[in-house]
Amino acid sequence: MFRFLVQRLLGAALILFVVFTVTFFLFFAMPDDPARLSCGKTCTPETLALIRRDLGLDESVPMQYWHYIVGVFAGRDFGTSHCSAPCLGYSFVNHEPVLDTLLDRFPATLSLALGASVIFLGVGVMIGMLAALRRGTWLDKSTMALSLIGASVTIQFLGVIARYVLVDQLRWLPKPEYLPFTGDPGGWMGGLLLPWLTLACVQAAVYARLTRASMIDALGEDHVRTVRAKGLTSRQVYLKHAWRGAITPVVTVYGIELGVLLGGAVVTETTFNIPGIGKLAVNAVANSDLPMITGVVLIAATAMVLANVAVDAVYAVIDPRVRV
Amino acid sequence: MTSPLLAVRDLRVRFATEGGVVKAVDGVSFDVERGRTLGIVGESGSGKSVTNLTLLGLHNPARTTVEGSAVLDGTELVGASERTLRDLRGQRVSMVFQDPLTALSPYYTVGAQIVETYRRHTGAGRREALDRAIEMLDRVGIPQAARRAREYPHLFSGGMRQRAMIAMALVCEPDLLIADEPTTALDVTVQAQILDLLGELQAQLGTAIILVTHDLGVVADVADEVLVMYAGRAVELGPATRVLETPKHPYTRGLLASVPRLSDPLDRPLRPVPGAPPSLLAPPPGCAFHPRCDQVIAGPGSPCRTRAPVLVGVGDSGHEAACHLEAGAGAAGVGSAERERERAQVPDAREGGKNP
Amino acid sequence: MSTSEAPLLEVAGLTKHFPGPRSLLRRRVGAVRAVDGIDLTVEAGESIGLVGESGCGKSTTGRLITRLLEPSGGTIRYRGQDITHASRRELAPIRAQIQMVFQDPYSSLNPRHTIGGILRAPLDVNNIDPPGGRRERVRELLDTVGLNPEHYNRFPHEFSGGQRQRIGIARALAAGPKLIVADEPVSALDVSIQAQVINLLADLRRDLGIAFVFIAHDLAVVRHFCDRVVVMYLGRVVESAERGALYEDAHHPYTHALLSAVPGAVGPGGGRRERIRLTGDVPSPINPPSGCHFRTRCHKARDVCATTVPPLTALAGDPGHRVACHFPSPAETLASVRG
Ligand SMILES: Nc1ncnc2c1ncn2[C@@H]1O[C@H](COP(=O)(O)OP(=O)(O)OP(=O)(O)O)[C@@H](O)[C@H]1O
Ligand SMILES: Nc1ncnc2c1ncn2[C@@H]1O[C@H](COP(=O)(O)OP(=O)(O)OP(=O)(O)O)[C@@H](O)[C@H]1O
Ligand code: SF4
Ligand SMILES: [Mg+2]
Ligand SMILES: [Mg+2]
Repeated sequence: MFRFLVQRLLGAALILFVVFTVTFFLFFAMPDDPARLSCGKTCTPETLALIRRDLGLDESVPMQYWHYIVGVFAGRDFGTSHCSAPCLGYSFVNHEPVLDTLLDRFPATLSLALGASVIFLGVGVMIGMLAALRRGTWLDKSTMALSLIGASVTIQFLGVIARYVLVDQLRWLPKPEYLPFTGDPGGWMGGLLLPWLTLACVQAAVYARLTRASMIDALGEDHVRTVRAKGLTSRQVYLKHAWRGAITPVVTVYGIELGVLLGGAVVTETTFNIPGIGKLAVNAVANSDLPMITGVVLIAATAMVLANVAVDAVYAVIDPRVRV
Repeated sequence: MTSPLLAVRDLRVRFATEGGVVKAVDGVSFDVERGRTLGIVGESGSGKSVTNLTLLGLHNPARTTVEGSAVLDGTELVGASERTLRDLRGQRVSMVFQDPLTALSPYYTVGAQIVETYRRHTGAGRREALDRAIEMLDRVGIPQAARRAREYPHLFSGGMRQRAMIAMALVCEPDLLIADEPTTALDVTVQAQILDLLGELQAQLGTAIILVTHDLGVVADVADEVLVMYAGRAVELGPATRVLETPKHPYTRGLLASVPRLSDPLDRPLRPVPGAPPSLLAPPPGCAFHPRCDQVIAGPGSPCRTRAPVLVGVGDSGHEAACHLEAGAGAAGVGSAERERERAQVPDAREGGKNP
Repeated sequence: MSTSEAPLLEVAGLTKHFPGPRSLLRRRVGAVRAVDGIDLTVEAGESIGLVGESGCGKSTTGRLITRLLEPSGGTIRYRGQDITHASRRELAPIRAQIQMVFQDPYSSLNPRHTIGGILRAPLDVNNIDPPGGRRERVRELLDTVGLNPEHYNRFPHEFSGGQRQRIGIARALAAGPKLIVADEPVSALDVSIQAQVINLLADLRRDLGIAFVFIAHDLAVVRHFCDRVVVMYLGRVVESAERGALYEDAHHPYTHALLSAVPGAVGPGGGRRERIRLTGDVPSPINPPSGCHFRTRCHKARDVCATTVPPLTALAGDPGHRVACHFPSPAETLASVRG
C-alpha cells in the first residue's frame, strides 16, 4: 500500500510538471510583452528595461523556464528582492508574490467546495437511492423530473434569484460573503450558506440521477439476487450490499468534480463575490497577469491530481478486489 | 405416500414487454419429493430459471403476472407475502446459481457471507455463526476452512467459489435446494466434483434438490425425476431412467438423438432437431414444438397445429408426456388423471381465442 | 496419410508466454506460460481435436497456428514452409488457406456490416475473383452453410445463435481454406442446435476435404468429429492418439480422469466408467508445478514426477499413440495401482 501511494504521488508529480511546462510555454511565449503590462500607463523606456531585467524577461524563453523551475525548488532573486522557495514569481499587477496570493485565496475555495460537497453528496445520493428503490412510483418520477430541472439550471441564474428571494426579500439567509473560519466560525458558515446551497442544488441533481442509475444497475447484479435468495430483508439488501456497487461511479465522478471545485468554482465565486481561486483566475486572465495564471493552473492541476489519488484510496476501501 | 415437499400446479408466468406479452412459463406442474432430485432440462429460454425464481418470489415483479399454485409443505408460495417468502428463503429453500464469480458478493469475505445467512435465520451469535460457517466450508471440501473463511471470493477458483456457494446455501439445512445450472460455468473435472459433493450432502442432510441444467448427461447422473421443458411448457415428466431410456415426446427424443455421447457407437450420426426454438412472444399455435417435429400429425385440422397438448400418463410409474401422439395411445396414469381435473378448471386463454 | 509430401501443418516445440498480470504494485508477476512446448501434425483433410480444461492453452494454440498471435518459440510449418515468424506480406498467400471460426457467434460478427459485406471481406482482402463474381460466390456460400441466399443484405442481429455460427463458418470458407481452426464452435449454442453445426462441419470436411483443428472441452463432441485427439494440460500435450485408441485405451491419468468426469459417461460394457475424481483445481500457468505439470492432482505421482518432465513418447505397440507420463498404463491396471 505504501509503495502504491509513493508511486501514485510520483506519477502525480510528473503530471504536474507536464501541465506546468505546457502552461509556461503557452503563456510566456505569447506575443504580449509582459514587461509592458507590468509597467503600467506611465511607462518610460528606462523603467521598461529595468522591469524587464528584474523579471528576467531579457533572457531567452528556455532560460526563463529554467529559472522558474529553479525558483520553485530553490528560490530566486528578482532584482533586489529575494523570493524564497517555492517561488512562483510575482504578480505583474500588484507585485505580490504569487504563492502568497494563492495561499491567501485558497481557504475560501476550500470552504466553498467542501461545504457544498457535504450537502450535494448527502442529498443527491440519498434522493438517488430512494428513487431507485421506489422505481416507477410517483416519488421516483417527481424527484427525477425535479432533478432534470435542477441539472439544467445555471448557477448564475439560480444564484441571482435565490439571493433576491432568500436574502433580499425574505431575509432567511445572511448576505453571502467570505469570512475566515478562524476568525468567526458562525459568520463563515452564515456567509457561505447561500453559495453552498446554490452550488449544491445544481450538483445534487446530477448526483441524484447518477446514483439512481447506478443503484438500479447494482440491484440487478447477481450477487444482490443471491443476498435476496438468502432471505435477507430489503433494508439489509440495500444498505449492506447493493450500495457498494452503486457508489463506485459516484466516487469516480466526485473525484473529478472535487478536483474542478478546488481549482476554483469560477462561476459560483464570481456570482457571490467569494474571493477564491476561481475569482483570482478570472482577474488574472483579464489582466494578462501571467505569473498568476501559471500559479492558478498549477494549483488547479495539483487539486485534480490529489483528488485522483484520494479516489483510488477510496476505491480500495470500498472494493477488496482493488486492494493489494 | 405422504404429500410431496413441493407441489407446483399450473404455474404461469407472463412478462409484459415492449414487444408484447412473453409467456415465459405456461402451465407447468410438477412435484418434488423429500430427499429426491428433480432435474429440469430444456434449451435456453425455455423457462427453467423463471420457474424457479418465481417459486421464491425472486423474479422482477414489475410488469409480471404469476398464476397457479406452488405449495411447499403446506405453504402456498404463489402470491405469498414478501415477509413469508423471506423467511423461507435461505432457511427452507436455498438457491445456488450458475456463475459463482458474480453470485457471491465481492465486497465481503466468504465467511461473512455465510455468517450473515446463518444469523438471519437462527439469530445465532457472531462467534457461533462463524464456527458454523467454517464447519460448512470444511464440509464442502475447502481446505484450511478457517483461513479461507477470511478471504474474499475473488481469491477463490471457480470450483472453490461454487463450493462456498453450496456451503452458504446449506448452512441452515434447508428442505429444498434449487441449483440453477450450478456446473455450467465449470470444467468437466470440477463439474464432476461438484455433482458428487451435492450427492453426498443430499445423502447426509436429506435435502431435496431441483437441478436445472441443459446437459442431459448431468441429469442422467444425478436426477431421480426429470422434467423436460420446451417454450415455457412441460413436455415430458417422469423418472429419470424412463425419460432418458424410453423418451415419449418427440422433442426429448430429438434432444437425445442430437447429443453425442461417449457411449455411442463410433459412427452414429447425429440427428439434429431441425429449426430453432420458437419466440415466446409469438409461439406457434397448438403444440409449440410442431414446426420442428418430424412426427407432426398431418392434415388441416391436425391437433398439433390447433390444440396445445397436455401431460398425459404414458405407461406406469408416473411417466407423462405432452404430445398428441401419446394422448390417443396412452392410458392416463393415476397421478395425472387428478392433475388433468385440476387443469380443466383453468382454461387456456390462448386456446379460447383460437378455437371456433 | 500422405508420407511423401510434407504434412499440411507441422508444429514443433511451440511456446507462447504472455507477460504476467500486473498487480496493483505495477510489477509484473512472472509470465503466463499459456503454451509450453507443443508438437502437433495435421495432415491434409484430417481433423484433430484439441481438448483440455479451461486455461490449458487451447485457444492460444489455435491463435498461434493461424498466426493471430506471435509465437514465443518453436516452429510452425505450413506445407513445409516455415511461417513461424513470417511477415504480413509473406503470410498473405497463406492467410486465405488457414481460417478460424470463433466460439462466440455474437461478438465475432461486426454488427454494422451486412452478411453480404462480412462474407465478401475475405474475398476482397485476398483478391479472389471467383467465376461468376464475388456476389454470386457469397450466395453460394450462404447456400453451402444452409442459409437462405436472400439473407445477403441482412444484419447479424437478425439471426439466431446457430445461424450466426453458420455465417462465421461461411466466412471461414469464403477464401477456400485448406485448414480451419474452430475454437469451441458449438459451445455457445443450444443443445439442439449444436448437432446442426457439427453436422455442417462434418459435411464440409467430407465434401471440400478441409482439415480441421477442432478445439473443444466436450470430449463427446470431439469423439464424434475428430480422427485424432490431442489432450492438453497446462500448456502441454499429455496424450495424443487416434480417436479409437484415445477413448478406449487412454494411458495418461489425466485423460482417464477427464473421460470419467464426463457426465452420463458409460463404459464400453454399458456400465458406468470407473470414477476417477481429481482433487483441487488446475494450478496457475504463471507458476506451474515442476516436472510433470499434472503431478499435483495425479494419484500416481512419484518423486520422479516432480523432478523430470515426462517426454511425449510413443507407446510400444502403437507409434501414433503418444503419452507424456512416467507411468503410463491403461485404465484397468490403474484400478490395481490405486489398490
Ligand atoms: N424480466 C423479464 N422480462 C421479460 N422477459 C423475460 C424476463 N425474464 C425472463 N424473460 C424471458 O423468459 C424466457 C424464459 O427465461 P429463462 O431465464 O427462464 O430461461 P432458461 O430456461 O433459464 O434459459 P437459460 O438456459 O438460458 O438459462 C426467456 O425467453 C426470457 O427472455
Ligand atoms: N492475451 C493474454 N494475455 C495474458 N494471458 C493470456 C492471454 N490470453 C490467454 N492468456 C492466458 O493463457 C492461458 C491459456 O489461455 P487460453 O485462452 O489459450 O485457454 P483455453 O484452453 O482456450 O481456455 P478456455 O477453455 O477457457 O477457452 C490462460 O491462463 C489465460 O489466462
Ligand atoms: S508423470 Fe507422474 S505425475 Fe505426471 S501424470 Fe504421470 S504419474 Fe502422474
Ligand atoms: Mg436459466
Ligand atoms: Mg478458449
